[in-house]
Amino acid sequence: MNKIVEMEFFSENVAKIVLEAPDIAKSRKAGHFVIIRIDEKGERIPLTIADGDPEKGTITLVVQRVGVTSAKLLAKKVGDEILDVVGPLGHATHIEKVGTVLCAGGGVGIAPLMPIVKALKEAGNRIITVLAGRTKELIILEDEMREFSDEVVIMTDDGSYGKKGLVTAGMEEVIKSEKVDMAVVIGPAIMMKFGSLTTQKYNIPTVVSLNTIMVDGTGMCGACRVSVGGKTKFVCVDGPEFDASLVNWEEMMMRMGAYKTQEHEAYERYLKTVETVS
Amino acid sequence: MENIAEYIKEGRSEAWRAELRKSMKAKERTSLERVKMPEQDPHVRNKNSIEVNLGISEELAVAEAHRCLDCPEPTCTIGCPVGINIPKFIKKIETKDFLGAAAVIKETNALPAVCGRVCPQEKQCELNCFYTQKLKKPAIAIGNLERFAADYERNSGKMSIPEIAEPNGIKVAVVGSGPAGLAAAGDLAKFGYDVTVFEALHEIGGVLKYGIPEFRLPNDIVDVEIDNMRKMGVKFRTDFIVGKTASFEDLRKQGFQAFFVGSGAGLPRFMNIPGENYNGIFSSNEYLTRVNLMKAADSEYDTPVLFGKNVAVIGGGNTAMDSVRTAKRLGAERAMIVYRRSLEEMPARIEEVHHAQEEDIEFLNLHNPVEYFADENGRVNKMRVQKMKLGEPDASGRRRPIPIEGSEFDIDVDLVVVAVGVSPNPIVPSSLKDLKMTSWGTIVVDKDSMQSSIPDIFAGGDIVRGGATVILAMGDGRKAAAGIHKYLQEKVKAN
Repeated sequence: MNKIVEMEFFSENVAKIVLEAPDIAKSRKAGHFVIIRIDEKGERIPLTIADGDPEKGTITLVVQRVGVTSAKLLAKKVGDEILDVVGPLGHATHIEKVGTVLCAGGGVGIAPLMPIVKALKEAGNRIITVLAGRTKELIILEDEMREFSDEVVIMTDDGSYGKKGLVTAGMEEVIKSEKVDMAVVIGPAIMMKFGSLTTQKYNIPTVVSLNTIMVDGTGMCGACRVSVGGKTKFVCVDGPEFDASLVNWEEMMMRMGAYKTQEHEAYERYLKTVETVS
Repeated sequence: MENIAEYIKEGRSEAWRAELRKSMKAKERTSLERVKMPEQDPHVRNKNSIEVNLGISEELAVAEAHRCLDCPEPTCTIGCPVGINIPKFIKKIETKDFLGAAAVIKETNALPAVCGRVCPQEKQCELNCFYTQKLKKPAIAIGNLERFAADYERNSGKMSIPEIAEPNGIKVAVVGSGPAGLAAAGDLAKFGYDVTVFEALHEIGGVLKYGIPEFRLPNDIVDVEIDNMRKMGVKFRTDFIVGKTASFEDLRKQGFQAFFVGSGAGLPRFMNIPGENYNGIFSSNEYLTRVNLMKAADSEYDTPVLFGKNVAVIGGGNTAMDSVRTAKRLGAERAMIVYRRSLEEMPARIEEVHHAQEEDIEFLNLHNPVEYFADENGRVNKMRVQKMKLGEPDASGRRRPIPIEGSEFDIDVDLVVVAVGVSPNPIVPSSLKDLKMTSWGTIVVDKDSMQSSIPDIFAGGDIVRGGATVILAMGDGRKAAAGIHKYLQEKVKAN
């Protein structure tokens, strides 16, 4: 059992959850994820680790309400327990000094980007970070990002904060103003697709972290498979990070929608049960 | 139990056995008919998840036990990978000492209720039975009797715990809680070791839980056997991946002096044909895990699964049978096996094939999928299959399937389960740089001690074999436990 020791809501639908996971806190690195299961009847979902404290034995996850499991997670309180947390899973991010790195994060994708920004900075890179979201309240972890970035550009779709425009506009502005050696783009699939199309125009090697559907997260089931460079890869054991230019985005987005109807129905049912309880 | 042959012989000379042999003439014994396992009606059971085989009664068990001749050279025992004293437990049943029978099985088998259900006895003990070999009659129903003894003991509420040596305080880690790991853990506990089993998933049991369906092996039965191991002092740790959550080196520092790796063959194979990543196409591992482990078909549980009206399962092994029969139970109107060879070459147990046929599963043998098609949402809606014919035998000894050019045709499908095999899961071995592996990704071990190229690491089951049966994995686990025991005792002496 993994006790929640801290919870902070960034907005109504996005929260940071710090929970006890001493072994994982010790062994995790930037880029790793965990699989969690909330209770006996819960599903197994992957969440990228946003931070960890080996001394306190805790890891940090950032969760956005998108369905039943995330809603149940956000309904938890400090002191509550999560039944199962397993990890760290996947390959850690390959960290080396390459020069200037453009790090673009969209929405809750900013959370998994944070440890990568931190590690890349510590490796001696110049970091320019672009944080993007639909609206001001979806720009999260800005202070932490500023601490490890040489520059931070903020983009909102509605112009409620930073500059008005899509993440790609912010990225392009950076690329035009200085030489970028590498890019890391993490966020919703559609954002990663267009973000990586932008960097590809300028031949900048780009890494993305994929967030596909998973069950076991250890290579056993193949639910997370995507085509990368024309070959089927398992995100859980071959990834989660891949060369953005090789990812088949259409297939990935199609696969992520496999349970759309069931997920929607389950969420409706869940909302009803919550209503009857309260 | 250094010498199985001697262990088995010793029991035969006991007075009660000699007397029992005399109590009925051999002719009389051989004239008895093999008892039949009562089964649920096929058209009822293909709509529920209750066990197909209902188990035999005490009367039937005793009647079957009468058939056993208690041979001086019991060839049946040669066929048993875990070395069960088969004639002794059967003779215990004949004397109606059912608990005694269970205790005999448990001397060498940690999971009797499991093995009594899923072992391919027809290829092992029963194949080597005197009746099969010499009399050309149906073998003693050894598997059914094993299941009977185990079930009787469980239902009696008087589960015995095998004799355990004085605890020696030496810590041993078992990686993976499937059949190989459980068998190793059971024996190591008997030798007196302080055993911890580490499991990556949230449930103990490995393939027994995520893979084999309820209708063939109820989870409750697996849990009872695991509880029994807890009573033997075995500790279990779920949600823990050795090599990830903590390294082997971390565990050595925590005092673990030897490791058994039974991490299984959890990497599903696909055929790499066009359209295979469409929605509605699962690996058998994913499909069975969702249904068995995550209980996805039960709306009380959060995990979803896709349901199909026209379901094709690709492959001819036990996993393919489990998948297709699961799909039928989840409401498929048409559930079919698509297999590239003929019924004769099918690797699945005969019993499972028969059960599937009785349950209205269609068999498209000598057919192979070549491409999948999907609707506008990316959900599979059609598969193109090619007819095959059989050529000369290949390396496996089975006749090689050859595609018939121009024979392709399309079948409507809305769910496909690919059950064409698994590869060893690399997640554990890849954390050990110096571990010697084969080019297939299996761990290289000494075939007697199961010791790997790293002296304190032993391995067995599918991570060594690539893909085999529950009982072969258990046999490996037992061998490895003996290997670890020898290794640690020598180490203790040296210090």
